[in-house]
Formats: sequence, structure tokens, C-alpha cells
Amino acid sequence: MRDKNIVIKVENISKCYRIGLKKDMHNSFATSILSFIKSPLENYRKYRALYRFDDLNHKNDSSDIIWAVKNVSFEVRQGEIVGIIGLNGAGKSTLLKILSKITEPTSGRVEIRGRISSLLEVGTGFHPELTGRENVYLNGTILGMRKKELDLKFDEIVDFAGVEKLIDTPIKRYSSGMKVRLAFAVAAHIEPEVLLIDEVLAVGDIQFQKKCLNKMEDIGKHGRTILFVSHNMAAVARICPRSILISNGGVVCDGSSHQVISHYMGNEKGTRAERTWQSKEAPGNELVRLCSVRVTSESGSVSDAIDIRQSVTIEMEYEVLQHGFAMFSYFHLINEEGIELFESFENDLEWRNRPRLSGRYVTHAQIPGNFLTEGIFYITPCLRTLKPEIRCFKVPDAVAFQVVDSIEGNSARGDCTGEIAGVVRPLLKWKTQFSTTAVRT
Amino acid sequence: MSNADNTKLTVIKPKKGWQILNLKEFIEYRDLFYFLASRDIKIMYAQTILGLFWAILKPAMQIIVFTVIFGKIANVSTEGIPYFLFSTVAIIPWTYMSQAMQESSQSLVSGQQMLGKVYIPRLIFPLVPILSRLIDFAISLVIVMAVMFYYNVPATLNLLFVPLFILLMASIPAAIGLWLSSLAIRFRDIKHAIPFLLQLLIYTAPIVYSAATIPEKYRLIYSLNPLVGVIEGFRASLLGTPLPWSFIWPGIITAIFLFLSGAYYFRRMERIIVDVI
Repeated sequence: MRDKNIVIKVENISKCYRIGLKKDMHNSFATSILSFIKSPLENYRKYRALYRFDDLNHKNDSSDIIWAVKNVSFEVRQGEIVGIIGLNGAGKSTLLKILSKITEPTSGRVEIRGRISSLLEVGTGFHPELTGRENVYLNGTILGMRKKELDLKFDEIVDFAGVEKLIDTPIKRYSSGMKVRLAFAVAAHIEPEVLLIDEVLAVGDIQFQKKCLNKMEDIGKHGRTILFVSHNMAAVARICPRSILISNGGVVCDGSSHQVISHYMGNEKGTRAERTWQSKEAPGNELVRLCSVRVTSESGSVSDAIDIRQSVTIEMEYEVLQHGFAMFSYFHLINEEGIELFESFENDLEWRNRPRLSGRYVTHAQIPGNFLTEGIFYITPCLRTLKPEIRCFKVPDAVAFQVVDSIEGNSARGDCTGEIAGVVRPLLKWKTQFSTTAVRT
Repeated sequence: MSNADNTKLTVIKPKKGWQILNLKEFIEYRDLFYFLASRDIKIMYAQTILGLFWAILKPAMQIIVFTVIFGKIANVSTEGIPYFLFSTVAIIPWTYMSQAMQESSQSLVSGQQMLGKVYIPRLIFPLVPILSRLIDFAISLVIVMAVMFYYNVPATLNLLFVPLFILLMASIPAAIGLWLSSLAIRFRDIKHAIPFLLQLLIYTAPIVYSAATIPEKYRLIYSLNPLVGVIEGFRASLLGTPLPWSFIWPGIITAIFLFLSGAYYFRRMERIIVDVI
């Protein structure tokens, strides 16, 4: 018997495309003329071949075929919110296009239970000459809504977008922000049982993005099943309890988001919580060489997923090759969006402005708990000598770690469960006092 | 879940061979069909002064040009019908068919942006112009009525056949649109070929001349062109002359054949459309 809780069942889905092959070059006038005459036939063969894959079954894959998705299988249960992550070109979007029926798989089978809506783009079908009202109806029906549903939700959509005044004006007169808001408002109000979302949230202003993410989380809480393709690891980690990592068209890792994201950072991005170098290839110069960098949690073990309430320790091990130089190590902390949060410099009084002996040094820096916000952070370790001032090494994004917020216990989040703005999230001292005297009015 | 059994189950898998048109799905999306057609009309006349009057003006000017050239200068025989009246009842359906055909054939190419971003029944694309151009057609019927009134053409029972010919008239661009839209998405040559096709059609159909001028022995082959049946049918049913069924039947058969084969071809190409854009 089929498990009725399984809403999406993907079995061995594959999809191949034919890519262009290099054309023959003509080096004489005569061959060019000949090729010009033959070109209609050649073109006909070329365009016809685009969708014919008869040669697939025969033997080896021919050189001009690429598998965008190959043998992907997974199941999603009702109410699950699953993130799909992977590098660009890994096949995430093709997978989503297959699931939303836009393109047909070459082989395999998918079963989806319930009404499906896919958001690969917002504002599909929007036409500049039409009014906001007309575009809402058009876009809504394109997303699979009926006119009756739209009649009921129309005021809510307009209110959400905040364009009441201009609703009967052609949208070519809207600002680009208003257009995006209107498009999002329609998208946010579809109520399918299964929602497939591509990285549509990458546009629009941040405030509005947040509003949409919150709305999406609401949707999830109502028992809908969501597949969310994204590069925004913080959003995936927070919204999706489960993630699937796609690489080269196949499923590499499927499990809890924190686990999958760690795997992604380690294997796909090539950054993990620890890095060591053999002496030959170690970054540095004739004065100092970097041996290793690692990120450790409070327990002292190397960890790439650290609870938001715990401190994070950055450990740098380096070898000083020559006597007599005073130096200091430091690092840059960069978040997922590439924003540099801070630089921090070695400030142990024992070593400040003091020439060092050659040998191995280990320096620890502790970032307090309840200070960083959730997300992925990259560490760029550096070291400089004083007098003369020489930078001995700087290794961009050498190690990475992820700060996770379990939403349990006491953290800066308090009782807020949605997205929290900001690049840091310090735990401040709050105090609320109560007095029995009535407030005078 | 208690209602799990009555929720919709979608199965996605590679489709093999020939499929029949998925009309059930088309009906589910009928609201979208209606909104896309109305979008078409609104866009067509957006920011114009004359707006829908263009639907009258465009065929009216063609009627005048044809009347001057073929009626006055070339003196084409019309079996006693005033040339102005003769060409009016032919040009109105012709304008509809040529425009609907052209737009329908280009519908997938011009809608490619939408095709790759969202799933909607592809069949909607070539059929939208068939509906939206009908609005223009309905408006331009004003010309027909005015001209008939001017020439004191009496209303006859033949008018009851008008709906039949409207149906036949709409089926032709639909059939050709199904064929050419799916061909055009693969081979953009279609875009260049359509103007020639239209030119060929306007002179092979009895628009500027009367079908009666065709020699008897070629009439069957001649009327395999479904446009012959539409034009002659419109003329006879509006002007009250006897319906020339021998010109009409072959066209109906060709139209049905074209439509069904177009539908099958479209269905077959539908699944690869997005991949070959």
C-alpha cells in the first residue's frame, strides 16, 4: 500500500539536453559557398536533433549530451518544508522545472498529490500596459487560481502590496519596487497543497523580502508541503528542517538542514571548519608559515555548526621561521552576503610588541556566544610583523562555520520565531517592571 | 488525511507516442484563457485614440482599396452584385482569419518567456488569438450591417447559417495556428513564411473575385481550400443567394482534417516546446 502521507514521490528522474557542438571552420571561399548551400539541410538536422535522443539507449552517451538531472529519487511527506541546495548548474532548477511540469523528464516518474503551484519567477505574464487590477487577475490565474478565489482575495493582495491608490493605473507607471511588491503579493496569496519555489526572493527590497518569508513560514505551518530552492543558507536553515543537496545532477546528501549545509560547505564550497597545510604549500613567507586554522565549539572539538548561544573559538597555528620579529595575527569575519563584520587583532599583553623566538605558536580568539546572528561565516586568517610591517599571510575564506539557532531555550530571539534582521544578534540585558498603580489617562 | 483520496494526483513521466488533446485541463484553466484573451485586446488598443474603432477602420479601408482596384479599374465580374457589397462580406471574415492565423502561429514564440517559467496548458497559447480576434470581428460586423442596409439587402432565412460559417471561419486559423505555432517554435522560418502564405490565401480564395469564375472541372480541387467555403458561405448567407454547398463541403472536410492533425501534432510537440525554445 502507498503511504498516503507522501505527497511528492520522485523516482529516478533524469533529464538530458543536447548542447551545441563546435562547427567546422571553412578556410576557403569554395568550401564556404558549399557550406552555405548545404546549410538549410544542416540546420534542419541540427534543430531536429535538439529533442531526439534515440541514440541514448544505444551505448555510451554521445559527446553533445549533458545530463542536467540524473537518477534523482526522494520522497516528501505532507507538511514538510524541504530546501534544495547546490552550486549553480547543479541541476536544482531543472529538477524544479520537471516537478512543476514545465519540462518533461527524459526518464523516471514523479507523483504529486494535491494542487501544485510553482514560483520560478514572480510577476509572470505581467504586462506594462495593463492596470494593476488586470495584472493581478492575469498573474493569479497563471499561477493556477480561479477568478472566484481572486475576487475574494483581491483586497488582501492589494493591501499586502500597498498599491491601493494606483490599482487602476497601468503598471508601466509604477516604480519598479511597486511592481515587484504587487507580483509578490499575488504569489504570497496562492494556496496550493504543494508549493515549489525557486530563488524568487532574491529580488525586492529587504523589508518586503522578510514579509514574504514570514508569509511563507505561515504557509508551511498550515500543513502545506514546500520545496524551496535557494542559495540563502540562513533562510534554508531556518525555514526548512530538511534539505537535499544536489550536485552534478544527482542527490548527494539528504537529511537535516544543518547536516546537509555542513556537507555542502565542506564538499561543494571547499570550506570546512578546519584546514591544515603541509609545510611545502603552507601560506606564508620566509618569516612565518600558517600551519592550520580551525573553528572549535565550547566543548573544544572542531565544529562547523555552532549553537547561537555558544562561543566560537578560532584557532590559528603558525610557525615562525626567523628570530627577532614582533608580530600579531588577526582575522576577518565575513558573512554569507560577503559583508565584512569585523577584523580582530591578537591582543595578548604577553606578546604585544615583543620579538619572538622561532618555533610553533598557537593563537586562540574567542567570539562570544549570543553575539553573531544565524548563518554562515567565513574566516580570513592573516598575520603581520611590526617593524618592518610585512603581511606574512592572508588566506581568504580559509575556514567557515555555521551559527544555528534552534529557537529553544534563552537567546536574543526571545519569543520571536520569525526572521530576525541584522548582521549581529547580541543578547542584551532587558528588564520589564510592573507596578500596580493604574495608568492615568 | 481523510481527504487524501480525493486530492488530485499528478503523475509526471515522459510521454510516448501520440496523445489526444487534454481538454479537461484546458477547461480547468478557462479563467486564464479568458484573461489572456482580454489582455490581448487591451494591449492591442492600449494608448490609441481610436481604440476599438480600429477594428472597423482597418477592414473598411481595405474594402475601399479593393473596390477601387478590382471593382472599378480591373472590373472583376461579381454576377451583378455591387462590388462594394461583394467585397465587404468577404473581407470581414478574411481580416479575422488572416489576423488570427498570424497571431496564433506566433503565439508560442512570443509567449516563450512565460512558457519557461510556469506551467499552463500550452494549448491556451494558439487558441487565445482565435478568441480575442473574434471581438474585432464582432465589431467589424457593424460595417456589414451598414453596407447591407445601404444596398437594401433583405434579411433571409440564409442568415441562420451565419453561426455555422463563423464556426468554420474560426476553425481555420485554429487549425493552422496549431500546426504553425508548434512548427515555429522549432523552426523560426515560419515567421518569414507566413506573409507569403497569407498572400497566397487571399488570391486563392474568392475574396476579390467570384468562385463562379472557376472552371467547372477544377471546382472540387479549388474548394478543398477551406477559405473558399467560408467566403462563399458568408456571401450567400448574408446576401440571400442560394448556398453553394459544392464549394462548402470539401472545405469543411479539409478544415476538420487540418484541425485534428494540427491538434495531434501540437500535442506531440507540446512536451518538447520548452527544451527547444
